[in-house]
Amino acid sequence: MAFLTCEHLSIGYEDREVLKDVSFVVNPGDYVSILGENGAGKSTLMKTVLHLIKPLSGEIELGDGLRADEIGYLPQQTFVQKDFPASVWEIVLSGCQARKGFHPFYTAADKKAAETNLKKMHMSEYKDSCYRELSGGQQQRVLLARALCATEKLLVLDEPVSGLDPLTTKQLYKLIAELNASGVTIIMISHDLAASLEYSSHILYIGDGIFFGTTEEFEDSEKGKRFIGRKGEKKDANLK
Amino acid sequence: MQILNDLSLYFSYPFVRYAVIVGVLIALCSSLLGVTLVLKRFSFIGDGLSHVAFGAISIASILHLADQMILVLPVTVISAIVLLKSGQNAKVKGDAAIAMISVSALALGYMLMNVFSASANVSGDVCSTLFGSTSILTLTVTEVWLCAILSIVVLVVFVLFYNKIFAVTFDENFAKACGTKVNLYNLLIAVIIALIIVIAMNLVGSLLISALVIFPALSAMRLFKSFRSVTIFSAVFSVVCALAGMLISILAGTPVGATIVTVDLGGYALCALIGRVARRS
Repeated sequence: MAFLTCEHLSIGYEDREVLKDVSFVVNPGDYVSILGENGAGKSTLMKTVLHLIKPLSGEIELGDGLRADEIGYLPQQTFVQKDFPASVWEIVLSGCQARKGFHPFYTAADKKAAETNLKKMHMSEYKDSCYRELSGGQQQRVLLARALCATEKLLVLDEPVSGLDPLTTKQLYKLIAELNASGVTIIMISHDLAASLEYSSHILYIGDGIFFGTTEEFEDSEKGKRFIGRKGEKKDANLK
Repeated sequence: MQILNDLSLYFSYPFVRYAVIVGVLIALCSSLLGVTLVLKRFSFIGDGLSHVAFGAISIASILHLADQMILVLPVTVISAIVLLKSGQNAKVKGDAAIAMISVSALALGYMLMNVFSASANVSGDVCSTLFGSTSILTLTVTEVWLCAILSIVVLVVFVLFYNKIFAVTFDENFAKACGTKVNLYNLLIAVIIALIIVIAMNLVGSLLISALVIFPALSAMRLFKSFRSVTIFSAVFSVVCALAGMLISILAGTPVGATIVTVDLGGYALCALIGRVARRS
């Protein structure tokens, strides 16, 4: 049984349909990239998957023991966080909040989990640092550690590399690939075509029609070829 | 020595002791949620709500209610909830809605007080509601107890929900996605703010409440880097400034609310200076 099954999903906000007839399946261990132009509805789809907004019609079926609150999330940075006084430790620990219900305080097990995940993200030495003083890549790793505290089953990442320099981007992709290899299922919204083709097992393309399949199928499909071609042209145009 | 003698003379009066106790409690409570309000860009909710509370007080005094809290507390709490909800799915944007509600309440309150008031000194009444000039020294024993109980409620709720408040303040979407009941906690925050404002009106009056909420948080954020240390320093800062302000106002005969806020301002300037020096070195 799959973690996530979406069939003929129609999504949007109250009076405005953004996407219709979206179908895809996420199995445990998959690495799904969601590709598409700006404004195609990638973020709306992601918010629907995270239960932040309700689908207009259709259903998101969860399976294989995945509960709705076991979907971890790496959001894009908000402006609130830019000058938020918080230590790395406080932020990572807050990922454990999810499964605590009304229990007010963190337990030793929560702290252990936070420590383990910080270590996994190679951020242990920054435990007591101030979040807003870290570099962009370090901040993303802290947020990844927080997401891992919430769940180790399925992570949804919203353009995790936006605004990072090429080297940091590469490191972060590697880290995410390592996570995936260790069994964490990944859904990632991405602008980075090359990296998506390199790392992901499946592609969900949203644009002139919707495509869902393995990365190889995408590269061979009409839509895939056209999209890859367009991106290529853009790159050429930029070079000139 | 003269000052100490003066103080011990003043403290021999029970109403002065009440005022100081209540003042400290209010300062403590109002500083707690300051960080959350400032970071969520909610600073003005405090301001708006205090004006609503002013409107409610004027209606209560027209109705000759023996205990104004009966009306003021629920009205303020409901307004807090409405303001928060309207901030989320607004036709009128959050800050504009707050501005609208607060000036309306202010105008209506003042008008009603003028038209219907039985008191001979309307402008005196209005002034003391707005700036809290004398009310802190005229507290009854019941009011002192009410303040104390409300303060303790606020404190306990804050400690119990500290981790949740942090999660919701830092990243609402993440918390929501992971199944934290964000709307519930936002509601809780709004209700606590309303409670704090109603309590704090006694000390500094409705126009100056925002200062009690914002100054401690902003000062602490200049100096400290973790949520916990910022929260603790805010509380200490607020209590120290309130205490200093009250003592100065007793000795120098200045209005209580204005003096406390002035001390807060001084404290903020000091923190900003220290913060700047510390960053440079």
